[in-house]
Amino acid sequence: MKTLQLLIAVFCSTIVGNLIAQGSISGNMETNYQYLLSDEKINAIQPDEKSLLNSYINVNYRMAGFKAGVRLEAYLPRTLGYPDRFDGAGLGYRYVGYENDLIDVTVGNFYEQFGSGLIFRSYEDRALGVDNMMNGISLNLRPYKGVTIKTVYGRQRFSFTNGKNQYSPGIVRGADLEVNFNQWFPGLSDNNIRITGGGSLVSKYQEDNNSQFILPENTGAYGGRLELAYKKFFINGEYIIKEQDPSQDNGYIYNYGKGMIVNAGYSQKGLGIVLSAKSIDNMSFRSDRNAALQDLTIGFIPPLTKTHTYNLAATLYPYASQPNGEVAFQADVIYKIKRGTALGGKYGTDVSLNFSTAYEPLKRTSGIDPMDSSRVTYESTLFDKSDLLYWQDINVSIKRKLNRKWTVEGSYYNISMNNDVLKLTSEQGIIQSHIGVLDVEYKINRKHTVRAELQGLWTVDNKDRGAWATALIEYTISPDWFFSAILQSNYGNPVKEDRINYPMIFVGKIWGATRLQVGYGRQKEGLFCVGGICRFVPASNGLSVTFTHSF
Amino acid sequence: MNKLSLILTTTFMTLFLITNAQEGVFEKGIPDMQLKDTEGKTIQTGELENDGKPMIISFWATWCTPCKKELNAIHDMYIDWQDETGVRLVAVSVDDQRTASRVVPYVDSKAWEYEILLDPNGDFKRAMGVNNVPHTFLVDGNGKIVYSHNNYAPGDEYELYDEILKLKE
Repeated sequence: MKTLQLLIAVFCSTIVGNLIAQGSISGNMETNYQYLLSDEKINAIQPDEKSLLNSYINVNYRMAGFKAGVRLEAYLPRTLGYPDRFDGAGLGYRYVGYENDLIDVTVGNFYEQFGSGLIFRSYEDRALGVDNMMNGISLNLRPYKGVTIKTVYGRQRFSFTNGKNQYSPGIVRGADLEVNFNQWFPGLSDNNIRITGGGSLVSKYQEDNNSQFILPENTGAYGGRLELAYKKFFINGEYIIKEQDPSQDNGYIYNYGKGMIVNAGYSQKGLGIVLSAKSIDNMSFRSDRNAALQDLTIGFIPPLTKTHTYNLAATLYPYASQPNGEVAFQADVIYKIKRGTALGGKYGTDVSLNFSTAYEPLKRTSGIDPMDSSRVTYESTLFDKSDLLYWQDINVSIKRKLNRKWTVEGSYYNISMNNDVLKLTSEQGIIQSHIGVLDVEYKINRKHTVRAELQGLWTVDNKDRGAWATALIEYTISPDWFFSAILQSNYGNPVKEDRINYPMIFVGKIWGATRLQVGYGRQKEGLFCVGGICRFVPASNGLSVTFTHSF
Repeated sequence: MNKLSLILTTTFMTLFLITNAQEGVFEKGIPDMQLKDTEGKTIQTGELENDGKPMIISFWATWCTPCKKELNAIHDMYIDWQDETGVRLVAVSVDDQRTASRVVPYVDSKAWEYEILLDPNGDFKRAMGVNNVPHTFLVDGNGKIVYSHNNYAPGDEYELYDEILKLKE
């Protein structure tokens, strides 16, 4: 018996070893460690464990058409402010699959997106703690040139509890067809025209477990998209309809949901223009009708706002998409003033302008009895907005390289945010703020660069937490070191005791694809946002270490 | 022989065979998958090549300031780099739907001559083992990744170019 087992072991290892040796392995790892201290002034409490750790390692294997991969995750316990959906250590993601010119099949966990993602997007954003990966099967077909059919079937990840994935009660099924007409009609390309079209169908099943209402167990959503381009002009749009989907988000109403996103743009050397419009009504679509927060979303509603990068503009008053309804517009212009002109200077000057706004959609209730048995509580039309402002952002940024050594960038933002809707703080009504940023870079030589930022934020009528200032200095030595120090101050807070300073220092070392960053100091409570989804991070004081590596 | 020793034996045997393999497993190539370019055409990533000359694959996003700095810095020298080494740069945008429509206008306005690929759901990013953007890979004439760098500080483009020159030797 022992001999037999040994033989099996040798046999297995030979096969596995040979397989691995012939294919390729790639992956990455990330570790975030925090050692936290108590800090009464900012209400930061030291956790019982004192130190916190999030850690991930991904390993992907490919050979010929075969693919397989795993991700091990550990939250021991999770870092401060990370969603409580994650704890323990274990296998968080695994798949096997096969891919050739015709098919691409994946069994196990997978991520996928249909069109703009409005109808279906299964994705991960590790920094935010979003991971609604599917567990099931995905089959993609490419039967003809320019035609892609995607199908998905499975349950979505809800949480990672005690090191084990917990999946949604509902099952998600979907199919998507995309056709690139240029590959069928070559004449289009000869005339500088490009046409791509597509359609999606997604359905979820969840048992009716409600005693009060008769809930639809199967909810479908469907829609189409089209992209047209002529020379340097483009326009694309997607329209999605969702069938009756009473849920906790919409207050168990039986209205259909609908959503539309349209983008149009023009670009040439030195100029880029994008105009976007979005109308969303009752489009919260989850694989559990009782879910909330960022849990188990099937569709993804992108916010039409610019992703700001400077700390005060990005973290204090950000916008998050409103799945129950919003009408939003955005205009974005990038322009380069030619070099050698009076305004452009020696190297040219980059100007970017951005305007975005969002309103409550108009919900007409006349002639509708919200108490009748239909539970259709209002009527609405696409792009029909009320006067209630959710958000407005007007911002401009001008960047100019003065000479070989100096580059200067100045930015101004005027942001109005309806706090009754977005509820970021306890303040009521609209919080309007003016934000100014000055960013100066000085190249000492080829490898050494110093950069400094000065940021100020002032709220109109000194509302909410009043005025803030941030100063940052960063020293980089290419290609492997960086040092930075930040001082943030809520110097204009109407409450005197809350006029708190937040100093932080960071040191980083890079070895090619490996990066180690160590930070120490006090961090304000605030929102950490990516892609219109935000997570609240409490104030903290202590040490943080981030290590990333790719292989 | 209990289960544990069986597992251990298997693992060691496997590792032994891997280390003795002719081709190093960690000699990484480009994983093959389908991405779209900015004109909606499907591109097979495994078929990305540059006629035996070096190729740069750079992950970036329109919201990532260091990424744009890096690609603009390379853009200033790209003609010289191409003349001297024949290098080609493929810039993979990881912008999702929120910012995807800004990619083409941004690229055009900067007059980048790079090939732009779109990775809106991060599939290629995951397959290439990228944690954060910017992340730049250098691929040799045989499709093997010979250098990669995660981060951008002014001056990193010279280091990258030194690596390209090494491939020419």
